[in-house]
Amino acid sequence: MVYEERNLWSSLIVSVIGMTVYVIVVLQQAGGAPLTEVDWVPIMLWTIGGSIVGAIIVSIVWGIVAGMRDPDGVGKSDERDRVISRMGGRVGQAFLVIAGLGVITLCAVEADWFWIANTMYFGFALSAIVGGIASVIAYRRGLV
Amino acid sequence: MVRPPTRVTNSIRTLRESAGLTQAELARRIGVTRQTLIAIEQGRYSPTLELAFQISHVFAVGLDDVFQYPEEA
Repeated sequence: MVYEERNLWSSLIVSVIGMTVYVIVVLQQAGGAPLTEVDWVPIMLWTIGGSIVGAIIVSIVWGIVAGMRDPDGVGKSDERDRVISRMGGRVGQAFLVIAGLGVITLCAVEADWFWIANTMYFGFALSAIVGGIASVIAYRRGLV
Repeated sequence: MVRPPTRVTNSIRTLRESAGLTQAELARRIGVTRQTLIAIEQGRYSPTLELAFQISHVFAVGLDDVFQYPEEA
């Protein structure tokens, strides 16, 4: 597995875990009450911060382990990595557009800030996850 | 039946073995990772024109000797 694919897997795994943890904590805090009453800001900020730090740590640790097995491949990337990265970005971008339209609609109907912020959050999260899955498939099955 | 990802085929493996090069050596000479070279050899990735020329230059042959595309029926 090449350097860029390892980084991709790291951020993909951490994104899925981060999003799952966020949903579980928010639902637990709500405890059956309306979700709009949950103090979501610190939970979201901690989840985003934790996901970024987690992805970096996983990537570094995985890189060290992989580097011991294949010292030549450490930190190397090439044109295939760039092509796959662009393709993954394009696939993920669709979810950002959908989330953006959702946010505009929610603002228009003066929805609670909880729904506006969470629509954008899930747009970012799904964009990263779906784009990451598309890239992983391209690494495994090919991209021509 | 699974449709092949591309109609472009290549003779890189044959040329590489004839030249006595390993995948790692050829990958290093053309500036890509070994995994990318494997993907090209197996037809899972179509290289850019620039990389295709670099490969043909390593073997000192023409582009047509490395990459083939079937004639339209």
